[in-house]
Amino acid sequence: MKLELGFIQIRDIQFSKECKVESGTLYVNADEVKDFIFQDDDVKACVKAAHFDIAKPGESVRITPVKDVIEPRVKVEGPGGEFPGVIAKVDTVGSGKTHVLRGMAIVTAGKIVGFQEGIIDMSGPGADYTPFSKLLNLVLVCEPVEGVHQHEYEHAVRIAGLRAATFVGELGRSLTPDETQEFETYGIKEGIEKLPDLPRVAYVHMLQSQGLLHDTYVYGVDAKKIISTLINPTETMDGAIISGNCVSACDKNTTYHHQNNPVVADLFAQHGKTLNYVCNIITNENVYLADKQRSSDWASKLAGMLDLDGVIISEEGFGNPDTDLIMNCKKTEQKGVKTVLVTDEYAGQDGKSQSLADADPLADAVVTGGNANEVIILPPMDKVIGTLDYVDKIAGGHAGSLRPDGSIEAEIQVITGATNEIGFNCLSAR
Amino acid sequence: MSYRVVHYINQFFANIGGEEMAHVPPELREGHVGPGLAFNQAWKGEAEIVQTIVCGDSYFAEHEKDAKAQVLEWVKEAKPDLFIAGPAFNAGRYGYACANVCQVVQDELGIPVLTGMYEENPGADLKEKVLIVATTNSAAGMRKAAPTMAKLAMKLMKGEALGASCEEGYMPNGIRRNFFEKERGSKRAVDMLLSKLAEKPFTTEYPMPSFDRVAPNKAVKDLSKATIALCTSGGIVPKGNPDHIESSSASHYGEYCIKGVEKLTSETYETAHGGYDPVYANENPNRVLPVDVLRELEKEGKIGKLHDYYYATVGNGTAVASAKKFAAEYAQKLLQANVNAVIMTST
Repeated sequence: MKLELGFIQIRDIQFSKECKVESGTLYVNADEVKDFIFQDDDVKACVKAAHFDIAKPGESVRITPVKDVIEPRVKVEGPGGEFPGVIAKVDTVGSGKTHVLRGMAIVTAGKIVGFQEGIIDMSGPGADYTPFSKLLNLVLVCEPVEGVHQHEYEHAVRIAGLRAATFVGELGRSLTPDETQEFETYGIKEGIEKLPDLPRVAYVHMLQSQGLLHDTYVYGVDAKKIISTLINPTETMDGAIISGNCVSACDKNTTYHHQNNPVVADLFAQHGKTLNYVCNIITNENVYLADKQRSSDWASKLAGMLDLDGVIISEEGFGNPDTDLIMNCKKTEQKGVKTVLVTDEYAGQDGKSQSLADADPLADAVVTGGNANEVIILPPMDKVIGTLDYVDKIAGGHAGSLRPDGSIEAEIQVITGATNEIGFNCLSAR
Repeated sequence: MSYRVVHYINQFFANIGGEEMAHVPPELREGHVGPGLAFNQAWKGEAEIVQTIVCGDSYFAEHEKDAKAQVLEWVKEAKPDLFIAGPAFNAGRYGYACANVCQVVQDELGIPVLTGMYEENPGADLKEKVLIVATTNSAAGMRKAAPTMAKLAMKLMKGEALGASCEEGYMPNGIRRNFFEKERGSKRAVDMLLSKLAEKPFTTEYPMPSFDRVAPNKAVKDLSKATIALCTSGGIVPKGNPDHIESSSASHYGEYCIKGVEKLTSETYETAHGGYDPVYANENPNRVLPVDVLRELEKEGKIGKLHDYYYATVGNGTAVASAKKFAAEYAQKLLQANVNAVIMTST
């Protein structure tokens, strides 16, 4: 399957009377985008009000509570459309041509539940920890209809963000990309014939599925309900997997992370040179033991059936999913397939505790995204998009996290994407 | 004024002699001796070795108590800003002496200490107790070890925060520290996998710990006479979370009276836990802390009594060391209250 991505570099975002992309500037008529968002019945029923704001790298701006971050894209050739099974029809994506508005993102913010959302600082020390401080962010701040059920509201805000991204992505349809790149994996037999001497490698992509507010969707299917299965890496790159998370912001994959999964990118970079990138295996992280057993059995079984030599296994979240990570590792290694794990750590604020909730001697090759418990002071910002009302309550905050001068003392856990476990960042620990 | 340092070396590095002179007792010399020169040069006047303690390796091994006492006396007198020992490279008894003498100076006098040696040196067993720079296995590595040790020593004297072990050159000491790598995590993972597949050496970024396993107690013989307590890491607290237990990485636990409470309701209790969907626990907190069921069992006479207090914290992202500390504390309270068994619910 071959996918071509055409990157259109966005260098500025401005509010305007009309919506267009011209000479690298995205012009946005906020009312037009809102109209499109509110055409969805669920959004209409659950979202009382929405407004847009713009946050640029280097500005003294804090966005919180952040729910999701999404890259606007549009399918210009080939089957399917953006966010299949959710926004577009369910046709298989991952082939043809997709235009990407690079350098920007749609960020959804506002109250989801009482706690559990992240912080993006556009400057200062916090900005070093989140990749989204480097993007031009079009922020969609939503307010709930009074009395709305939390689960329904999470769904509505998720859809609102995806619709905003779809609308903005569409503005790139007829533009000529600044740069194009092609990505292709082979069929099983074809791969063996073309790359007979290279090790066969796959990516075991663990999807957060602990429960509502900790969910991931694949072609619109709740990942809790999947059995571990195969997916082409280009499908992942093309919007097949979206985030339904808004809990413990540091190590949950936003939709942007899925669209730009760096394990996929770095395996593609070696594909045909040092390894044969066969496919991705997606598996979930359900809370029941039977589900954990079944899913890890299946993930490792698929690795065995594909005669793989090695896999990279990435976790999403921490604590409970550490068990899934270790089960996947152990069973895959026992099939004779070598593993490297990507995780993060909860070693305590003093760094002295064991970092994972589970361990096994077979897990001898681990990459870490850092200790999420490390404390950081985030200085006050001139402008807050969203509200600081929940800073004391979000995961990683504590009573008194928000200090009278507007600065925040909290664990880096509060920062969106800080200890990402698909290896998005350079942050690590020893 | 420059920082003042006392340096500890063995008879070999003091040019007294090799194995045949290893019996010499501790001796105090003014200024730097032997390898101390390299440290002084690296510090460029910002710090200086004021005294050097020389001790034979055999003497230290055979008279450890006396040797330590003598060193402590001299170091106490000198009141240095730092005590540095070695580096010992792969010399086993020298490494043992360096690490142990550092530990006693650190623990008894509260002075920052630093030593260096090869990672397989038996002295490196103390790497989680004292800061040890990893060196090569022979003295030829001095040129590399001296600047690393000197730089780290300066940070210790200035009281600056240390970076991660791999950045600063010390052996992993069980304290995890964050830092920014040059490559992103995914690239490091791909590189590590390629090394592993090619059976080339690679270094894991997180060596797996060995886990503390707790053997279960014997079963309670007669439940109908037992007092049962409920405890939870699921964050069930009185509405409003009066003790402000954090939604993740809890710093404390709560003790709450449930005397006369027949069941928990959404009006009076809720969860403080930020790691799971709170909706169902908030709707009916008994789902996490089953007070309702225990009261039924109490009425039916299946259990003697539900204990009047329950203990709750949030397990989400909470350090194991913190959890252990909480439980050790409230376990004593449970014992004092003659509780026979505990139902601990997690989420």
